[in-house]
Amino acid sequence: MKQRKGSEVLQQFVFVGPAAVFFAVIVAVPFFLGLYYSFTSWNGIARHADWAGIRNYVHIFTKDPSFLNSFWFTVRFTVLGLILTNLLGFTLAYVLTRKLLTRNVMRTVFFMPHVIGGLLLGFIWQFIFVRGFASIGQATGWSFFNLPWLGNESTSFWSIVIVFVWQNAGYLMVIYISALNNVPKGLTEAARVDGAGRWQVLRHVLIPMVMPAVTVCLFLSISWSFKLFDLNLSLTKGGPFKATESVALNIYNEAYTLSRYGMGSAKAIIFFIVVALISVIQVWATKRKEVEV
Amino acid sequence: MRTKSLPGGYKLPLLIVEIILVLLGLVFLVPFYFLLVNSVKEYGSILTDSANWPAAFHWSNYKEAWKATDFPKAFLNSLIVTVVSNLLLSLICAMAAYKMVRRPNRFNKLLYLAFVAAMVIPFQAIMIPLVKVLSGLSLMDSTLGLIIAYLGFGAPITVFLFHGFVKSVPVDIEEAGKVDGSSAYGIFFRLVLPLMQPIIVTVIILNTLWIWNDYLMPYLILQNPSRATIPIATYAFFGQYTKQWDLALPALTLGIAPVVIFFLFMQKYIIEGVSAGSVKG
Repeated sequence: MKQRKGSEVLQQFVFVGPAAVFFAVIVAVPFFLGLYYSFTSWNGIARHADWAGIRNYVHIFTKDPSFLNSFWFTVRFTVLGLILTNLLGFTLAYVLTRKLLTRNVMRTVFFMPHVIGGLLLGFIWQFIFVRGFASIGQATGWSFFNLPWLGNESTSFWSIVIVFVWQNAGYLMVIYISALNNVPKGLTEAARVDGAGRWQVLRHVLIPMVMPAVTVCLFLSISWSFKLFDLNLSLTKGGPFKATESVALNIYNEAYTLSRYGMGSAKAIIFFIVVALISVIQVWATKRKEVEV
Repeated sequence: MRTKSLPGGYKLPLLIVEIILVLLGLVFLVPFYFLLVNSVKEYGSILTDSANWPAAFHWSNYKEAWKATDFPKAFLNSLIVTVVSNLLLSLICAMAAYKMVRRPNRFNKLLYLAFVAAMVIPFQAIMIPLVKVLSGLSLMDSTLGLIIAYLGFGAPITVFLFHGFVKSVPVDIEEAGKVDGSSAYGIFFRLVLPLMQPIIVTVIILNTLWIWNDYLMPYLILQNPSRATIPIATYAFFGQYTKQWDLALPALTLGIAPVVIFFLFMQKYIIEGVSAGSVKG
């Protein structure tokens, strides 16, 4: 019996141990260490970090407009990004669940941008916005393409939104397609028999039935857009004049451009709290709307 | 104004929808057209008209970009990091999730709760102290250190996905294994792990898209250019040759080629994996 118990403990170590240890070293310890650093004025090099109390936090909220600006940018970007990617993703999915000849090819085309990382996409789109749009503008004369793309605050903002939607709509589309395919055929047919039009079926049958997928897609798109970093770094670098600097990029600059690690840690903790709050509220709110069959 | 379409029938309204959809698909592909076409042009003609089909194909652009980014090296580095991280991450997380489901003792329940909570931690929230911890363990500027970082940071979501799946695996099979005298390890590796294959495929696909394209983690951990992954090598190269599009564009094309080719060959699994992963997420 004693030996049995010993092997049980050993099994626990072998099965759960590695994941627990890597998680502890890479996530848990740094997280709490970061919490500690956020109350210091550590510069990243000194062996000893001076205690600063809540000074970093007070500074961020009272004397650091760049951080608050980056928050405001991120919020605006998140709202637009999540609305547009979900609208486009759902529309594509809705159309692609009809009996189209090209639906498999089109599904591949719309999904493809997602497999490329944001960093490389940002560089590619830099070229498109600067040189490609100029050429299209010359050929067509459409003023949209002759705007100073990446040159001012609003074109830079919209450029990130455009690339973000282009990159991620296809991923959400795939999730919506599988949700729409899982809606029982009998349900839509019954609605049709009762005289419901295409629009009414969509509004009163399909959308309520795919609410679980909406939860997932909102969660994903908020998470991607709120943590925007790679694309931001390579497409605009936060410019012009920090007008398109996301929170993640602001934290990065604080730590690695200004070498204020204590301040950077405090910003990171605030960022974490906001991300956690948004996730919890959002999952809670959409779960309530889901329909049980 | 409702148009009645026969079931299975292909009618005019559907044709119009199809045409609009294909046009939108072409718009989606335009960036790739610009990238490919201009990657083989001379610098001068990129500037004069970037929309034109190339008058002459300068394949030498690719040769130079290939050499300047040391592409084979960067590709190999990305491949090693992605493959090794994926295999280890799937293995240790499958084992952990299995044990956590079958032995829900206090420690395992607490650990699972920690994993779920950690899923919302953004990487920027831990990156500053992470570098400190890794240098304390002498794991900085090493491929091993990078892989370990992926194992730790990828564990929460991976365990979460496996956990949801193992709950649906019937215990009966394991009971039968026990009667046959298999050890706990034998039962896991010979009976349970093969049953987990669908979720393992999903997890590997999701983690591959993440690790292959990740920039910030390798940027912070690796310093020696000989260890650079594709995003790191591209970023360094782009910083050096800003606006020198005749070199930057072929370098970018090379950079995206492996993952695009991988996607085109594996798209059935990738798209299925994404739908399957989202159900649990």
